[in-house]
Parts: sequence; C-alpha cells; structure tokens
Amino acid sequence: MVEAKALAKRFGEFEAVRGIDVHVRRGEAFGFLGPNGAGKSSTMRMIASVSPRSDGELKVLGMDPDREGPRIRARLGVVPQQDNLDTELTVRQNLHVYGRYFGLSRARVRAKAEELMEFAQLTDRADDEVDSLSGGMKRRLTIARSLVNDPDLLLLDEPTTGLDPQARHLLWDRLFRLKTTGVTLIITTHYMDEAEQLCDRLVVMDGGRIAAEGSPSELIARYSTREVLELRFPPGEQEPAVERVTDLAERVEVLPDRLLLYTAAGEAALEQAHARGLRPASSLVRRSTLEDVFLRLTGRSLVE
Amino acid sequence: MSERALTARPRARDHARVVGSWRAAWLRVEGHWTWYRRYWTSNLYSSGLQPLLFLVAMGIGFGSQVEPGAATGGLSYLHYVAPALLVAGSVQNAIGESTYPVLSGFKWQKDYLAVTSTPVTPGQLLGGQLIWVGLRLALAGTVYALIAWAFGAWLGPGVALAVLVAVATGVACAAPMMAVAATTYDEGTRFAAIFRFLVMPMVLFAGTFFPITQIPPGARWLAWISPLWHGNELARGAALGGLEPLAALGHVAYLAALFAAGGLAARHYFYKRLVV
Repeated sequence: MVEAKALAKRFGEFEAVRGIDVHVRRGEAFGFLGPNGAGKSSTMRMIASVSPRSDGELKVLGMDPDREGPRIRARLGVVPQQDNLDTELTVRQNLHVYGRYFGLSRARVRAKAEELMEFAQLTDRADDEVDSLSGGMKRRLTIARSLVNDPDLLLLDEPTTGLDPQARHLLWDRLFRLKTTGVTLIITTHYMDEAEQLCDRLVVMDGGRIAAEGSPSELIARYSTREVLELRFPPGEQEPAVERVTDLAERVEVLPDRLLLYTAAGEAALEQAHARGLRPASSLVRRSTLEDVFLRLTGRSLVE
Repeated sequence: MSERALTARPRARDHARVVGSWRAAWLRVEGHWTWYRRYWTSNLYSSGLQPLLFLVAMGIGFGSQVEPGAATGGLSYLHYVAPALLVAGSVQNAIGESTYPVLSGFKWQKDYLAVTSTPVTPGQLLGGQLIWVGLRLALAGTVYALIAWAFGAWLGPGVALAVLVAVATGVACAAPMMAVAATTYDEGTRFAAIFRFLVMPMVLFAGTFFPITQIPPGARWLAWISPLWHGNELARGAALGGLEPLAALGHVAYLAALFAAGGLAARHYFYKRLVV
C-alpha cells in the first residue's frame, strides 16, 4: 500500500524526515510512534499526497504522489491532526459536501452519510451544527468523513490527542471495527497505549529517523525486559539509592521522579531492595510497554 | 448494519474518482451553496441592501440638492450615481469575501486543507472560490438593481449589462485579494488597512459620486489605476450610454489584465500554502 525508500523531507534548513524506509501491507494497521517533532506528521502528509518529498522514493497505492496526487487522494481517507470540519454546517451536510469532492453522486453521498453517522454514533446529532458537538464527537465525525469514499487506505494523524479517556476508548473501538473490515490503517501517535491497542506493526521515530521497527510485542521483547519495577523515593533520597539497586536489574533508568528497574522478575527485585533497607515511598511492578522501548531507544520519554 | 455496509464494495458508479477541473471547482461552489442556504438572510442583507442605503441617502436624499448639469451628463443625480453604486458595492463585497473568509480557509476553519485532501487541487479550489464570489455578486447586484428600479433609478434595459460589469469588476478585484489572503499568516491586520487606505478612498474618489475630472490633474492617475473607476465607466456606459467603444475596450482590458495577474498570483500562493 505504501512503499518508501530513503524518504526525506526538508523545510529550508530543517530536516523533518531524514531518510526512512517504510513498507505498509494491505489490511494491516501500521503505526508511527514518536514524540512531537519526530517527523511523523511530515511523513503522513507526504503519504497523503499533499506534500512533495524532498528526496527518496515514495509509492502510495502503487502510484507516485508527485505525478498522480489526485488519483491517489481519491482512494485515501485522511484524518488530520486538527479537525477541519465545516463548523457552520450540520453533521450530515459535512458528509454530503465532502463526499461530492470524490465525484460521488448525490444519491450515493446521501446513503453513505446515513451509514457513516450510524457507524460514528452521530445519527441523533445529524442535523446539529458541528459547532455544538463535543471534541470526541467532532473527532468521530472527522473519521466518518474520511470514510465517505470507501478508502483503500486510511491515514490517522494523532487520532485521539486531546480527548478524554472515555472518548478515546470509543474511538479505538470504532477504529478496531474498521480494521476488522479490512481497511488498511496508518496511525501516528505519541501515546504508547494507542500504538499497542491498534497497531499490528509500528516504527519508532525520533528526530526524523526510524529507531526500531516491529510488532508491539516484538519491540518490547527486543528492547525491554518482561517486567519493570518502579520505585519512587521521597525528595533527596532517590540519588543515593541509585547505586544500591543497579545490580538488582538488567538496566536502571533514572527519571526525575522515579527509578525504573528493568528485570524479568519485578517482585523479586522489590524484595531484595527491601532486604537492603531501601524504603521507597511507593513501588509498582508492571509489564514493559512501548514507553519503555522508547526510553531505551532514545533516552527520553514519549510525552514530555 | 454499519460493518456490513462498510465492507460491501460500492457499485462501479459509486466509486470515488477524480473529477474534471471545472466540475471540481463547481463542487466547491456547491459546498458554499449548502452553507449559504443556511445563512442567506444575513448575507443578502449586508451585501445587497447596504448599497441600497447609499442609493437612498446619496441618490435620492443628497441628489435632490443637485442640479442636473455637465458633470452628470445632463441627467438627474440619481441616474448618475445608481450604476456606480452598483459597481462600488460589488467591489467592496468581492474584496470582503476574499479576505477573512479566505484566510480562515487556510488558518482558522482550515477547510481548504480538508478540500485539498480530496482529489480536488488547490487551483480548482481557487477557481471554485472565484466562481462562488461571482455568483454572490450576481445575486446581490440583481437584488440591488431590482429595488433601485422601483426607485426609478434606471433609464433602460442597459442595467442588465451594468450588473454584469459589476460582477466582472468585483471578481477582477477578488483575484488579487485572494493572493494577498493566501500570503497572510497573522490575524489579518492588513485587511483592515487595505479597507481603510485602499478600498474606501477608491470608493470615494474613483468616479463613483463625482467625475474624476474634478480631481486635480496631478492626482488623477490614482483614479485611473483603480479598478473601480474602470468598472464605473463601463457601468455608466451600459446604463446611460455615451461610452466610446475604444474606451470601453480599454476598461475591459484593464479589468481582464487585473483578473489574470491576480488569478495567477493567487494560484501560485494557494499551491505554496497548501502543498508544502
């Protein structure tokens, strides 16, 4: 569906994307995980065929975006980072107007709009102005709008940023349903839980480059341990504790507010720490996540 | 139901496709029309009725104090000023429609980004905007013309041509203004300046209320380069007669050149802003 080789994007002196190789297969959910400014959105815009590449090769649906942009865009669904709905039109009108840009007949967009409003759980708001919708509803409408042309490939740029937990889960559920119908998804996110929930395969991006690639579980297995022990100390006590725990884990990350001990057996490490007389204010044993993978790969947190 | 419907492959004629350029621009007009149908009353008031207030105040009120003379071509002031008010209103509308609404498409509402994510290109989007402005002007101009007719402001059917002139002059001004809007990245403070220092003086001095022969010769070129003067001359020629064919051709050529240059610049900057 997408084939990129040494793909690069420059804005003047600034290199947003520094030569990445990406291969997205039909039917999969592919993720770009990375912090803000990693080059995810620039990559998405190039795939969306609204931003010419500066270097490298790019094929989307087998076509070159530089030469066949409109033909590619006819088969894409795009959910931009910021909603760009027509806020002075109703929910239904937004779908009608947008669908027409894809050359669909009036009858077709009318039928499709009903179907999509049901899918997005917006049927009872069909004739309300977009201005009156909540953030989560607007997001669902943006996603519904992106499906009006039955796209082969759906691009979602930070689909749940800024939404409350309940709205996020509802949205994930909708995206998961889409995935089961065979739509290929490409998602950018800086939330590791989102990437874990939705992506079959993902690349970790940092500073315009790909730092690692694989399925969420592969990445965790490759770059982290099975469990993580988190220790929080009262102010001033963390620093002296660091050297006393280094040999309890394969690796120790020192964050401003806590220590992360990477180990196969978290509970055992916690017992040993207690046996050494360490008294953390709180402790937590958890499984490794993509957040830990990112920390390992870049030395930084995803959300800062 | 939704899942099944989403997976069912659409019939061939229901497939998304790339439409031709004119069709794409027209679809943009259709989108605007959907919006306009919701808000037409307030729009028509500001765009169509405002020039009428001028007509009543200047043409009938102030005009009652003006003797027909050489400056008005021997006509009543109402007849003299009515065609020019039509064009002046049209130009102000056109420029208004090409400033904040266009900037909003790029910056606030961002609906231009939504449109150009579809097969529609920035150039087609611009075309749709210009056609839409033209249609709005035609509607407002017609409303104005009909009501002014009830006041007895027209001498004959030439007014129909004057409405066309008003639309053309407005669209010729809209094209360069859209180029300006596409290069505006702040909150649009320059639009207020353009209105105060370009549009208002142009309305006052480019032959709308009095002939430009009253302007000192040294400053008269300011009127000559203003698109409104060319539009005013054409509209008066259409409504009242007495315009030399060669002069008419010159005015048309000036407006056509403005439209072409402005349109090309706008197209350039639309691409520059939307394809980055």
